[in-house]
Amino acid sequence: MTKKVLLHVTRYRPEQEAEPTIQEYEVPFTDDWVLLDALNYVKDKIDGSLSYRWSCRMGICGSCGMMVNGEPKLTCATFVSDYTSGPIRIEPLRYFPIIRDLTVEMTDFMEKLKNVKPWIIREDEKPISEGEYLQSPEELDQYKQFSMCINCMLCYSACPVYGLDSAFTGPAAIALAQRYNMDSRDQGSRERLGALSDHEGIWGCTFVGECTKVCPKKVDPAGAIQQYKVTATMDWFKSLIMPRGAD
Amino acid sequence: MDVSSHDVLLVGGGGAGLRAAIAVAEFNPKLSVAVVSKVYPMRSHTVSAEGGAAGAVASDDSLDEHAYDTISGADWLCDQDAVELFVDEAPKELTQLEHWGCPWSRTPDGRVAVRPFGGMKNKRTWFAADKTGFHMLHTLFQTSLRYDPIVRYDEWFVTKLLIDDGRVQGVVALELMSGKIQAITAKSVILCTGGCGKVFPFTTNANIKNGDGMALALRAGAPLKDMEFIQYHPTGLPFTGILITEAARAEGGFLVNKDEYRYLQDYDLGKPEPEPVLRSMELGPRDRLSQAFIKEQEKGRTIEGPYGHVVNLDLRHLGEKKINARIPFVRELCLKYQNIDPVREMIPVRPVVHYVMGGVHTDKQGATPIEGLFAAGEVACVSINGANRLGSNSLTELLVFGARAGQAAASFASEQKEPSSSLMAQANDERRRLEEQYLRKTGGTERIATIREEMQATMEEGAGIYRNGPALQKSTNTILELQDRFRNILIEDDSRTFNTELTSALELAYMLDVAASIVQSGLKRTESRGAHQRTDFPNRDDDNFLAHSLLYRNEDGSARIEYLPVTITRWPPAERVYGK
Repeated sequence: MTKKVLLHVTRYRPEQEAEPTIQEYEVPFTDDWVLLDALNYVKDKIDGSLSYRWSCRMGICGSCGMMVNGEPKLTCATFVSDYTSGPIRIEPLRYFPIIRDLTVEMTDFMEKLKNVKPWIIREDEKPISEGEYLQSPEELDQYKQFSMCINCMLCYSACPVYGLDSAFTGPAAIALAQRYNMDSRDQGSRERLGALSDHEGIWGCTFVGECTKVCPKKVDPAGAIQQYKVTATMDWFKSLIMPRGAD
Repeated sequence: MDVSSHDVLLVGGGGAGLRAAIAVAEFNPKLSVAVVSKVYPMRSHTVSAEGGAAGAVASDDSLDEHAYDTISGADWLCDQDAVELFVDEAPKELTQLEHWGCPWSRTPDGRVAVRPFGGMKNKRTWFAADKTGFHMLHTLFQTSLRYDPIVRYDEWFVTKLLIDDGRVQGVVALELMSGKIQAITAKSVILCTGGCGKVFPFTTNANIKNGDGMALALRAGAPLKDMEFIQYHPTGLPFTGILITEAARAEGGFLVNKDEYRYLQDYDLGKPEPEPVLRSMELGPRDRLSQAFIKEQEKGRTIEGPYGHVVNLDLRHLGEKKINARIPFVRELCLKYQNIDPVREMIPVRPVVHYVMGGVHTDKQGATPIEGLFAAGEVACVSINGANRLGSNSLTELLVFGARAGQAAASFASEQKEPSSSLMAQANDERRRLEEQYLRKTGGTERIATIREEMQATMEEGAGIYRNGPALQKSTNTILELQDRFRNILIEDDSRTFNTELTSALELAYMLDVAASIVQSGLKRTESRGAHQRTDFPNRDDDNFLAHSLLYRNEDGSARIEYLPVTITRWPPAERVYGK
């Protein structure tokens, strides 16, 4: 390993520092290495106190999202050799509170996931003994793309609306709501509508599509938000023209 | 010290843990269920499983055939009563997951599709393209959000099981975000922490697979069963160890050596045919395929690469359309991590540590010998996997036995008193241990990564695909030395906030305990069976070893191994026959 690269890594230990600082590490690498390998080299060989999340190293667990030279990336899916021109700046995901070093707080995101009721809602459930609900491959295709989200939160770090207003439900959670809304087995789209349209955030989304651009799994949350806006508008429109019963 | 209390507590929030949590909530909605996991549940390693989950539903399939494939695949070391109930409950659990929204791949008429898999005589593997574990985990996690009695402790690291009055009554855990150490009490505890692949250097397992639950149980006095049986999956990408799913071969992929010859035909696995043949060639069981690789390497017919010898997995003849439809993740992984497009190029692969057949000894309800302590999923050994697990049985196992353990633990909890008052003294002792040995420790010199790498190296040397007595003995000695050296561990991080150096050290201590149990069990089993191949004892020895090993840890830290006969119901031990 003769090639070397400089990493500029955000450090923040709340007991010791008032503000995040930058620490420089020099690491060797080979062309097979992803940025996560470089961080693991730091932790294993240079500085055991560097704190960050990682697990699968195959782009499916969603743990290792960070800002790399200002862009949200999965560090396990980003090669060091793509950044050899200068120091690589590695920061925690933007717009989230920092717990420590490269680790961000995700409690708010977890609440948002739950709020969109991401489960099958049915008026009646048939017994297991009657077998599966039929769903054609075409019906599966309706929601399949939105079911591929790994909750890595890169889209939140790319979202200008979330950056201004963290109350916004945000791309991944809306895509997940839409994943169930579009599932032929589900009857819960009206129930989910409340959680989503209560907040004006969704109307603030201007379809810049940054979320879709950074998604490592091609989920297209921007598409989900646009679909969702149409549904919500129709619903609102219907509520105006439909006859009302007496109280 | 803070303390919180629940009725049932789960350690681990992967597939087995979430399935168990839902089972508890459905068994009795008044019970409070705690899911304590060192990672957010959707980060759990279930997420990485690719190929599918077995359940006999096809009209030409039967429960008995699923049972027979499982038992012969296991080289007769599994308990046949457990296998029989497993295959019976498998389709129900998979259908339940369908009702919860799992996006199973479908046939044109809208029914759930099934695909072939290694060692299986019929098509019975349910799949969600080749991200089956990902979809199962997210379906279970999202469904679990419906249940108010389920309380999550996300990113809490369990350091000890609290045992008093002869039964488990909770855990001590570290909250990563705050660094707080506290007791969480419960009337029953289910271990669902998964496997321990990280004791080996080259593995498909995620960084979090450190055998936590196995070590916790062993330290609490429960035996580990059949730990010598480690599964090497035949097709991992070199360097990263990323898994290329067996589904790639089930869809028609070929394994070829340096001469592009389908070498499995030389190893009693059948004749090469253009289309995949069940229980034959590339669809043989994983132990036999990984062993064939070593033999092929010995003959000089593998390809030398930068990360050791490889053979090639050839998918080119499947065509782009089929690859994209049935195994898109294989293509994505190859493109992203190996810079290879399987539509046009062959994929270099080599055997990689994938799964541990052994685990915490349980019965069919998931109950361990410690009262109130249950286990399910890869951490447990019921056993349905015996000496070699069949691909696509493990995802089903975590559903079937996760649900069973959940119900049993809920039922047990309903009949128990509140935790005993002396429990807090134990919890305080544990906090003191963590502070003295880790958090306030100064002057250590051994780097965590150094000990971990030496452990992994000796495990590969001693407990690889082929083993022998002297190598196993040497590895045992090395692990014991490393346990000694661990006492002098260096902890540079003195912060309480999200201290991952502390958790890495605790994980390393777990792994050393588990690594020791693997080589000690392997040394004692002087026969060859399934994934445990001894070059000094090359034959299966049913007279002496048609039995599970049970490894206990004595008070002084030494190991004691006993044997428990295998339960045979309808399938007497016979020769394993493939390719005929």
